[in-house]
Amino acid sequence: MVANRLRRRLDAEQAEIHVVDRDDRHVYQPGLLFVPFGLADVDEIVRPRRRQLHRGITFHENEVDSVDLDRDEVRLDDGAVLSYDALIVATGARLQPEETEGLTDAGWNRRAFTFYTPEGADLLREVLRDFDGGRLVVNLIDMPIKCPVAPLEFAFLADWYLRERGVRGRTELVYATPLDAAFTKPVASEHLAALLVEKDIELVTEFNAGEVDGANGVVASYDGRELAFDLLVTVPLHGGAAFLDRSPGLGDALGFVPTDRRTLQTSARPNVFALGDATDLPTSKAGSVTHFEAEVLVANVLSHLAGAELTPGYDGHANCFIETGFHKALLIDFNYDTEPLPGHFPTVFGLPLLRESRVNHLGKLAFQWLYWHALLPGRALPGVGPEMPRHGKRMPATHA
Amino acid sequence: MTTTMIADTPVDLDAEGFLTDPSEWNERIAEAIARDNGIDRLTDRHWQVVRFMRERYLANGTAPSIRSLGKESGVPVKELYQLFPRGPAKLAAKIGGIPKPQGCI
Repeated sequence: MVANRLRRRLDAEQAEIHVVDRDDRHVYQPGLLFVPFGLADVDEIVRPRRRQLHRGITFHENEVDSVDLDRDEVRLDDGAVLSYDALIVATGARLQPEETEGLTDAGWNRRAFTFYTPEGADLLREVLRDFDGGRLVVNLIDMPIKCPVAPLEFAFLADWYLRERGVRGRTELVYATPLDAAFTKPVASEHLAALLVEKDIELVTEFNAGEVDGANGVVASYDGRELAFDLLVTVPLHGGAAFLDRSPGLGDALGFVPTDRRTLQTSARPNVFALGDATDLPTSKAGSVTHFEAEVLVANVLSHLAGAELTPGYDGHANCFIETGFHKALLIDFNYDTEPLPGHFPTVFGLPLLRESRVNHLGKLAFQWLYWHALLPGRALPGVGPEMPRHGKRMPATHA
Repeated sequence: MTTTMIADTPVDLDAEGFLTDPSEWNERIAEAIARDNGIDRLTDRHWQVVRFMRERYLANGTAPSIRSLGKESGVPVKELYQLFPRGPAKLAAKIGGIPKPQGCI
């Protein structure tokens, strides 16, 4: 979406735009949540990357070998070298199941699964279809993860799906998180914890999974607690793209790119910018974040190329639909300074915030169309700017 | 926020017992907070983690997560849990006199 936005702002005389990606499969990642429950097919949520790019953008289907910050060069896996005036790192996050002891040993994709990959989501669909009751543990190993609400949504949908299948009575559902509450922020945590109770899902907090024994069905935390499972649905550790480890000065210890939280310029070099899941910013790793960041980032890349001052325009704005089962969903909207609050979005006449409703569920489904037809082409959403709207939210006194 | 005497020094604490002003901290305060949280004596390994945490916070304005601690402090995650039972990042932050690490969202 950045390349498309830039192409519209810069003509061919002003700039060449190159996009490098390791494959030609763009996954609509929010759709992965629905695959295990038969509500979406992988075919429907994957499209060729090339087709998402406007004319006048060169696509390289390559792995990045490394970035040389001193020479302003990107080296590709086939030996080609791309030099740049400005570099935008949008390489997302990489799943690292192998970093958790035992997770990828016996039991991986047999008793322990993740729905964060198309393959994993497909396998889970088969397993859930045949699941005949037992202990289902939903767990995220540690933050940061993409779409921090997704494991909660999985638990809510599993409750709904297993009820529909008539096996919920024979199923114990457990949600184990390293956080000290259902979610990261207090007001939303309270709402979400109440939903877990309502749906009879046990909440286990401060559970930092250190070891998984898939063969015997036990996940153990570093502090020695153990949870038995018949089926484990986990969100593996996340790190940055592998080339960051091979590019001195660009990524931090986890492979995320230290980035200015307002301008989206990296601390590596003034001509290197970053957005989306690739950054180390204290906001959600979510598509909405990337969309809001893109507008600010594109303006700042253009300013940089023109030798002008950057604008500290990004406020950490994120919003997410939280699917809760039974054709309902919640919506949350927040930024660096304001936690998710009740009210309506984007104005008092908009979608209800932090409350289950059918409208939000329809919103979540409709979002896929907007994703392919507005977000990726780099268009603004009508009525939704990069800054978080305050109008419509019920602000607690401390936020005034 | 309340002002409390720790190791004969007045310090400002938040509701969960984290110092709100890292400049009020000293090593005797660290030892006293550690004792209150079930760590009788701070070993060199404890200090390695506490100092790393504190330096990181003072340099970047945020405290590292458990994973970054495990990768960068020189003390692996398993040992972090032995040194600081329950939440190593939280407890090391408390002993190091810096605010509670923010769970990123």
